[in-house]
Amino acid sequence: MAITEAEMHTRTLRPGNIRFRFWRPGPFVFLLPTLASIGAIAIYPVLLGLWLSFRDTTLSSPTDTFIGLANYGQIVSDSQFWNAWTHTIQFTAASTLLETLFGLMIALVLAEQFRGRGIVRAAMLVPWAIPTVVTSKMFGWLFDGQNGIVNYLLRFVGLIQHNIDWIGSPDFALGTIIIADVWKTTPFMGLLLLAGLQTIPSSLAEASVIDGANAWQHFWYVKLPLLTPTLLIASMFRALDAFRIFDLVYVLTGGGPADATEVLSTLTYKQLFSALQVGYGSALATTMFITEIVIAVIFGVFLLRKMREVGQ
Amino acid sequence: MSKMGTSRQKWQQGFKFPSRSRVLIYLSALVIVCWSVGPFLWQMSTSLQPDSQLLSSPPHLFPYPITIEHFVNIFVGKSFHRYLINSVIVTVATTFLCLLFGSIAAYALARLEIRGRFRVLGFILGVSMFPQIAIVGPLYVLGTNFGWLDTYRVLIVIYLALGLPLVTWVLFGYFRSIPRTIDEAARIDGARPLRIFFRIILPMSLPAVVTTGMLCFIAAWNEFMFALAFTSDINHQTVPVGIANFTGLHYVPWGDVAAASVVVTLPLVVMVLVFQQHIISGLTGGAVKE
Repeated sequence: MAITEAEMHTRTLRPGNIRFRFWRPGPFVFLLPTLASIGAIAIYPVLLGLWLSFRDTTLSSPTDTFIGLANYGQIVSDSQFWNAWTHTIQFTAASTLLETLFGLMIALVLAEQFRGRGIVRAAMLVPWAIPTVVTSKMFGWLFDGQNGIVNYLLRFVGLIQHNIDWIGSPDFALGTIIIADVWKTTPFMGLLLLAGLQTIPSSLAEASVIDGANAWQHFWYVKLPLLTPTLLIASMFRALDAFRIFDLVYVLTGGGPADATEVLSTLTYKQLFSALQVGYGSALATTMFITEIVIAVIFGVFLLRKMREVGQ
Repeated sequence: MSKMGTSRQKWQQGFKFPSRSRVLIYLSALVIVCWSVGPFLWQMSTSLQPDSQLLSSPPHLFPYPITIEHFVNIFVGKSFHRYLINSVIVTVATTFLCLLFGSIAAYALARLEIRGRFRVLGFILGVSMFPQIAIVGPLYVLGTNFGWLDTYRVLIVIYLALGLPLVTWVLFGYFRSIPRTIDEAARIDGARPLRIFFRIILPMSLPAVVTTGMLCFIAAWNEFMFALAFTSDINHQTVPVGIANFTGLHYVPWGDVAAASVVVTLPLVVMVLVFQQHIISGLTGGAVKE
């Protein structure tokens, strides 16, 4: 293998051309465009952001000095930050939980053989493919306080007497955003979990039948433990994604009413692009980044423990 | 819901489900379909109704009489085609570059001698989990210094880097599933790696490449935050930014918004429905079986 590789390089470099003989690029050249783009657009900006978070850089004035951890100190005492923090955690917890639960139910239905299953699976890709901005506008219209069809349907079946201002009232706005996110992401979650379900050998179902287990017992004692690693991985990716929610909030409510739906991403974005506080905004972004790593580590620990249990 | 009947043999042997749970399954399937496509169907219906009907109670489920005034509005009044052209340019360029760079990288990782290939793959995956808000500020500073604000290239370069991890990973998995004997024969005949890649591996992997390209296309077409931050004039803004800005002074033009939503989403929905099997296996690493 190694010999053929070496041969290949000398051939690539036109044998006889002495100038090129000493320059042996190797297969790493093929990775260069990809690694260079990722390095320039992801790695370098993250480091630059870290550096900026220790400075009081603004885009509106020429101030740009090193201020140490002052930005982080400001974050800790910033009530707007804690407000956004609370909403972000609420949103992440609620949407991850609901999407995993509904996704699991959908996956269990799709694991059965029935006519028209392909159509159901195709339909489930529709919410995933729709641009999030369109989803936001769509739910803005569905949940409109005056002419929204959701209010009409709820009045029609008698659940509410008067129209609810879903998006304009601080009590309901965050809930409406969660519903929109659940709509958009649950089908995708269902497909991921379906993939996990299909790796469980069907012989186990037969064994359960022979042992006299009913459907519920088979699910609870056989399928669910085997599916746990998939569930953890899928919900980890979901939680990481939910934590950085931006589009839905920015377009549907803009963080309002009265900051009732402000989340960390929208707060950071406003600090960066409305207040033009690049230093402080970068500190907020770095804080989010660190929190995401913590979330990933927590899930990772759980996952390792579960996998060890299943392995034994 | 019976969990017993999953095995195919049982089904073929005529395993009888209790009829009650069959009904339950079909009922659940119906709920899933309605939940998934209902909101979009309502958006389509909205886009074809005149404002007077949209503001009346009870709402009209079906548009009658049909009007195309909202579609006329968005193209004539709001130059919606401008956003569409911008989006097409940015998205097509991104998809092409993503597939070019990503497939070559995936090929090298899958086939050539690269030390620490799994460390490289892990690095690429790790980067894809960075929160995008953490890079938008520094990139904006860089973009300002380079004079790249309000250009197509700034969006293309950013979307390229955001799309590459997915492309590399999906194609890496696919290339590894191709038997080595196929390209080894060409190698013995003296073909260079790039030639093997473009002449043998790439044509063989066309379905996977098309699927990956589609995932890339959809991600770039739908991206909002960077487009919002980096473009401020209609000559470079993409469709999501255009739709987000569709707000009237005193009321929201729901009919126009719905029409714009239908115009940008219908191609995606059609594409997804046509290629659904490929997309599902691309998204789940080939794990969902028929």
